[in-house]
Amino acid sequence: MTSTQIILTILAAAAATVLTRALPFFAFPADRPAPRYIRYLGNALPGATFGLLVVYCLRSVDVLTGSHGIPEALGILVAGGLYLWRKNMLVAIFASTALYMVLVNLVFV
Amino acid sequence: MHTNRPRAISPALRAAIPPTLPILAGFVFLGITCGIYSVSLGLPWWTPTLMACLIFAGSAEFVVASMLVGPFAPLQAFVTVFIVNARHLFYGLSMLERFRGLGRKRPYLIFAQCDETFSINYSTHPPAGVDEGWFMFFVSLLNQLYWVVGCTLGGVLGSVAALNVAGVDFAMTALLVVIFLDQWTKDPSHASAVVGILASLVALALFGPDGFMIPALALILAAITVLRSHLEPVYDACGSESMTSASDTCKSGPVAPASDTCENEPVASTPDAAGAHHGGDAR
Repeated sequence: MTSTQIILTILAAAAATVLTRALPFFAFPADRPAPRYIRYLGNALPGATFGLLVVYCLRSVDVLTGSHGIPEALGILVAGGLYLWRKNMLVAIFASTALYMVLVNLVFV
Repeated sequence: MHTNRPRAISPALRAAIPPTLPILAGFVFLGITCGIYSVSLGLPWWTPTLMACLIFAGSAEFVVASMLVGPFAPLQAFVTVFIVNARHLFYGLSMLERFRGLGRKRPYLIFAQCDETFSINYSTHPPAGVDEGWFMFFVSLLNQLYWVVGCTLGGVLGSVAALNVAGVDFAMTALLVVIFLDQWTKDPSHASAVVGILASLVALALFGPDGFMIPALALILAAITVLRSHLEPVYDACGSESMTSASDTCKSGPVAPASDTCENEPVASTPDAAGAHHGGDAR
């Protein structure tokens, strides 16, 4: 591809991304309340969405081969446990990430 | 820049830094990976930077980079990226009320709503006295800045240095685990979270890691719709005027009394939200 074609392709991809992010705001303008079903979805979807994103982060983990997902499982236990114990997001994230890095770089090589 | 409340800007920027620090770690290294990957395909060094500025959606940018070395097919790129990013439709539905009345900040907030930015903006409220619109604006802007810096570094470094940073990207997983738990404790019903995990696992088992997102989204939408008659009364019982304050108002946690926060706008941050997300005294 030429530089122009690269830029045009990136613009097409950017337009598609903006569309996925803006469509709900066009469909349900700010000046009138959204339908009840949509308001219900706004309440009920986030819990499921965050569950989906956790699975999405782990989609390539193979529990049958390699390190069997043990570093991921330990990292998640530490992140979840620390968060529930200390109620501090940053501590939970940095401690579990440090542990995970040690595991994948030094233990499960 | 929109300056109807100039005094609101600097506290909002300062408040936006701590909750985005995990994103800084994740985005810089993931951005470097995306940049190195793009350049290793033979693309010019500025390609990852341009994608980071205009697209700002990690997984889509990896896909677009791989398409940029093929034949010129912008329509195919458009359709593919729309499918890859279809989950963003859910984010918009969840932020309809929160982005209301934010004037000129609103278009950028919508444009920059990637997974991580949505996660922070949805789950975090600024400390009392900090303007929520500007707070969300700076969360979005900082996150995109981290991503642009990471992608540019990766593009410039190219394949020159193979940095041993394996595992830093786990910060993203840890962040989402923590946000998932945070949402779990706030949500008046855990049905949605359970549906999200189960539907995603079923879709992953059936369609594999590259094609499970759309089936998972469809399953979740179907399940949440089927459960409406059971779940809607639970959310309504919280007396949520706006749909986003519901998750805050109905928490079972000891700190925020529901009767108090239910009547307030989301701007009035609950003490534990501020403590949890802006815990600068991290020991």
